[in-house]
Amino acid sequence: MTTTEAAFAPSGSLLRRAYEGRALPVSIVLTIIVIAWYAGSVYLNAPQVIEKFEREKIEWTTSQLIHDSWEMGRPVLPSPHQVAIELYKTTAQQKITSKRNLLYHAYVTGSATLLGFVLGIILGVSLAVGIVHVLTLERSLLPWIIASQTVPILAIAPMVVVILGNFGYTGLLPKSLISMYLCFFPVVIGMVKGLRSPDPLQMDLMRTYSATQSQIFWKLRLAASVPFLFTSLKVAVAISLVGAIVGELPTGAQAGIGARLLSGSYYGQTVQIWSALVVASVLGMVLVYAVGLSERIVARRMGARP
Amino acid sequence: MSDAIIEAEGLNLTFETADQPVHALSDIDLKIAKGDFVSLIGPSGCGKTTLLRVIADLEQPTSGKIQVAGVSPETARLNRLYGYCFQAPVLYPWRTIMRNVMLPLELMGMSRGECEERAERHLALVGLQGFERKFPWQLSGGMQQRASIARALCFDPELMLMDEPFGALDEITRDHLNEQFLRLWQRTGKTVVFVTHSISEAVFLSNKIVVMSPRPGRILKVIDSNLPADRTLDFRDTTEFLEVAHQVRVALREGHSYDDD
Repeated sequence: MTTTEAAFAPSGSLLRRAYEGRALPVSIVLTIIVIAWYAGSVYLNAPQVIEKFEREKIEWTTSQLIHDSWEMGRPVLPSPHQVAIELYKTTAQQKITSKRNLLYHAYVTGSATLLGFVLGIILGVSLAVGIVHVLTLERSLLPWIIASQTVPILAIAPMVVVILGNFGYTGLLPKSLISMYLCFFPVVIGMVKGLRSPDPLQMDLMRTYSATQSQIFWKLRLAASVPFLFTSLKVAVAISLVGAIVGELPTGAQAGIGARLLSGSYYGQTVQIWSALVVASVLGMVLVYAVGLSERIVARRMGARP
Repeated sequence: MSDAIIEAEGLNLTFETADQPVHALSDIDLKIAKGDFVSLIGPSGCGKTTLLRVIADLEQPTSGKIQVAGVSPETARLNRLYGYCFQAPVLYPWRTIMRNVMLPLELMGMSRGECEERAERHLALVGLQGFERKFPWQLSGGMQQRASIARALCFDPELMLMDEPFGALDEITRDHLNEQFLRLWQRTGKTVVFVTHSISEAVFLSNKIVVMSPRPGRILKVIDSNLPADRTLDFRDTTEFLEVAHQVRVALREGHSYDDD
């Protein structure tokens, strides 16, 4: 068998698997991003490097300029390998319970995210159930729910932290409440649509059986709303993470990804900021993926076409 | 007549639409006896589905009287007196065939064991044993419609209201289900009100054919037929069958059902 034939063999061939799967497109995009990132860090850091060269009256070449732009102590834009090294140092080379370990900070933010996410689901679903069943609630609540999202979260977060701190609640709870405040919104909107999604015939069928409102809810509306719920949850879990990070900014929090971002910007540690951002986005991806996975499991149990 | 299960007198129903009121039902008088197989036939817009929905308490008449089993349609519905089959199977996609059939039984608060026993028995009755654990999309259209018939039968209602249940199926499947359903009716002895726009389906299945006409929706003629009980699909080629079909066609023509508008 020649190499060409092997590459196009029905199964098992690495190239073919990469071609059919998502590996190839993802790695192409990744490569482009890394190249652009390196170029960007030269572009943004070069003026400072040139300034340094001129101050120290050093003859410099282009390759020297590029090299030094990628190795600055406090760059405007750190190069990818600097961030990678920092990530390695602050995850693998520290004890997991250490405050120097980024995974510990990810855990702190992650737990606030998850608590906020759960609270947001409870609040969102309860509001949606009320809105669908009581006309007055739809008229009175929905405008306020929409208005709540027009207020910038950065303006509300410090107040929530201060007020709850006044009652002695610090740490996890204020952050989770800010998370909840952001993520209940897509849940309400998705669930209202989902609970109303049964078509007239499906509703008529329930009527011919003289089903009660609660029977219609449990046996028809709730099941029909599941696909809508999961779509909302994917959005909700991502912004729940944003909420938790924002909640860490005004508190002077000692731990969490937000705290790392804040201390990084105090001390001009751009490499630290970027590593925290990378961890935040990985955490976000893990959370969205987990929601997607549970969606697939639930869909299979509910007889969705594969 | 004491054995009438449905009695309508001077029934009217007008839908208020944006431009002009639509007289869906006009002056309907109808008596249906227990054990009858009654077909409502007519062109689109003649009010046959509306009449069925009034009987089922899914629409409210504007005026006139209607009684179902001696009580109002609402009471009859609350007493779960009828099973309703829609034009579409209306199976809930997240439930298996078995659990779809169990739905009305669950709503009536039957024990799980009884639900399962009845669902299995009625799925066997419509020839769907072995498909209990399948989801609706895994079944053909004809099988889905049979599942919906099993669902309407499983709580043993006195009355079956069927709104073009085979309308969306191909002719071959429809013929097959017609024959099966005729046997089922003869075995169970239930009263059936059957909406259709197929003359041969109406004649083949019913012992009473109600011919309706549109604008306004009204009853033109009620044709009684006494075809032999053991009729099979081949019976549709006999003169006896063609004679009844001819009567239906004449009545439809008298109602200008074949005219161009």
